[in-house]
Amino acid sequence: MLEIRNLHAKVGDKKILQGIHLSVKAGEVHAIMGPNGSGKSTLAQVLAGRETYDVTAGEVLYEGKDLLELSPEDRAREGIFMAFQYPVEIPGVGNRNFLRAAVNAIRKYRGLPDLGIKEFLAMVREKMKFLEVDEDLLKRSVNEGFSGGEKKRNEILQMAVLDPKLAILDETDSGLDIDALKIVANGVNALRTKDRAIIVVTHYQRLLDYIVPDYVHVLSNGRIVTSGDKGLALELEEKGYAWIDEQPVGSDA
Amino acid sequence: MIEVMQEKETYLSQFARLEERLTGNRQPWFHRTRKAAIAHFAELGFPTTRHEEWKFANVAPLTKTPFQSVAGSELDVVTAESLKRFTFGGLDCTQLVFVNGRFAEELSTIRPLHNGMKVGSLAAALDSDRERVEPYLALHAGYKDQAFVALNTAFVEDGAFVFVPPGKIVEHPLHLLFVSTSPGEPTVSHPRNLIVVGDNSQITIVESYVGLDDSLYFTNSVTEIIAGQNAVIDHCKLQQESEKAFHIATLAVHQDRASNFTSHSISLGGAFVRNDVNAKLDAEGVECTLNGLYVAGGDQLVDNHTLIDHAKPHCNSHEVYKGVLDGKSKGVFNGKIIVRPDAQKTDAKQTNKNLLLSDKAVIDTKPQLQIYADDVKCTHGATIGQLDNDAIFYLRSRGIGPEDARNMLTYAFANDILSRIKIDKVRAHLDAALLSRLPKGQEIKEALC
Repeated sequence: MLEIRNLHAKVGDKKILQGIHLSVKAGEVHAIMGPNGSGKSTLAQVLAGRETYDVTAGEVLYEGKDLLELSPEDRAREGIFMAFQYPVEIPGVGNRNFLRAAVNAIRKYRGLPDLGIKEFLAMVREKMKFLEVDEDLLKRSVNEGFSGGEKKRNEILQMAVLDPKLAILDETDSGLDIDALKIVANGVNALRTKDRAIIVVTHYQRLLDYIVPDYVHVLSNGRIVTSGDKGLALELEEKGYAWIDEQPVGSDA
Repeated sequence: MIEVMQEKETYLSQFARLEERLTGNRQPWFHRTRKAAIAHFAELGFPTTRHEEWKFANVAPLTKTPFQSVAGSELDVVTAESLKRFTFGGLDCTQLVFVNGRFAEELSTIRPLHNGMKVGSLAAALDSDRERVEPYLALHAGYKDQAFVALNTAFVEDGAFVFVPPGKIVEHPLHLLFVSTSPGEPTVSHPRNLIVVGDNSQITIVESYVGLDDSLYFTNSVTEIIAGQNAVIDHCKLQQESEKAFHIATLAVHQDRASNFTSHSISLGGAFVRNDVNAKLDAEGVECTLNGLYVAGGDQLVDNHTLIDHAKPHCNSHEVYKGVLDGKSKGVFNGKIIVRPDAQKTDAKQTNKNLLLSDKAVIDTKPQLQIYADDVKCTHGATIGQLDNDAIFYLRSRGIGPEDARNMLTYAFANDILSRIKIDKVRAHLDAALLSRLPKGQEIKEALC
């Protein structure tokens, strides 16, 4: 589903990604871990189409298409969803209307008719119930005045509503208490199907107790320095990130 | 300078010619007021950009256009049908219609009124209601130092007279609809409204200024509002003049003890627009809220000047003005707050936020705080900016196109002011008017509704 080859990216003069290789197939869950500044979030943002990053080399194929050629909105319409590490507050744009505009923009791209208000609300309410999101959230402006936990749950709600093929969670666990973490994890696990792929970007192993990954990759200085199964995450937890710096670089996962 | 003199001369000679025929001149007291006003205008002349209050609004294109006062013969081109788009979708309200500044009784609807309440033409009230008009008219809008108020006072033909006796809650909103059309020579009207709200009374008033077509005309309006003790007044002014029109409007509010006045000033139309809102908080415990929204594009100029005069202690004022400027348009916001030595415990808050949608749009924003008391709380803030790129990316990352994302954010920015309007049907009307001013407004509406 996703092939990342030798991806390099920078912000201004600062090189952040320095040769990422990663292959993700449908049905898989990949965790990307790494210390602060290793390039985890940059990778997520580059995949979502953030224009503040310059891709200087490499390529990304998504379902055989050149992903880097697509605008952010077309990536979303093609089925990519990124849950933001810091969801943006948008005063004046109602959450419900925003969600519906997004659903219908994606449907239009796929040649489907608009979802009527009734069907839309029925669909959203069902997801909200499952994710234990208060219905009040729909009436409020997008993320405005939301608590940290509400913002993250709102991201997962959007993911559930938009039903992506490839979901990228950028540190969705950070700042969540254990109850909220479980709800978020349940939401993600509910989306685990053989047709869908999930990339979980996280600093902590904790989330991976609830979303058990098929693969774990460790990022350091803009490269994947080691890859393994979920055991690698536990090892990291035990030994700390300093441990990876002692590993020989260039295993070229 | 000589040129300016001549332009002033046009109006002075017009006055000399029309003087005897002007409304209400059978009342010697009012005739004297007119004469005083034209004398002050002769002294003041038209402001130039050297005038501090007119620094950013050059009135030369206005003074150079020979606007004619009209007799009201075009009244019959305006029909109830043609006014429908300016009304509020079946809102149950009293509606007074004025065509080129003159009361059009046959187009107006007056709901049953409380005992002692008056709603009608000011021209008629000058003759029939002297004891209710004379104590208030021309007392609060300063014709001695404001040239356009002087001009209005000298030439006033008609407008609305509203008198609410003490202790009346006026259930139906009042809509004053000023429609202008100038199919031939450019014309000028000087609408004048006098609204007196007694102690413990409550009323909601909407003033609309609209162009029937795209003709060139000049509206120079003045509204005086007198709020009695504990009176509650919600005032909304909607400016949707023609794209060629000049619109200069002054709203002067005088507030007595514990009165509560809210103004919503929504400016969407016109080529040259100047709004002055002057509120005098002249007794203790007064609440004054001024909200404003100006949306401009093309070559439009919209200048908002507000003055909140805290004259007495324990008064609160809140002011939020927002502007959306596109094309080569120019916006001005000048918010003056005076806190007099007496006005201890004043709480005044002023905010002005502007969104510039093009490189060529300009905004001049200036807070002016003059504080002469020491135990007060006054804050002000102004922002000028573009749309938030993070918010645009967030929307795009959910599949919403860049244009739609920008439009949604622009709409949300502006709609914040409209959302403060309490009457649903007026808000819905303004919402539609706002959407029609934004690119792809219809699509935003479809996406958001």
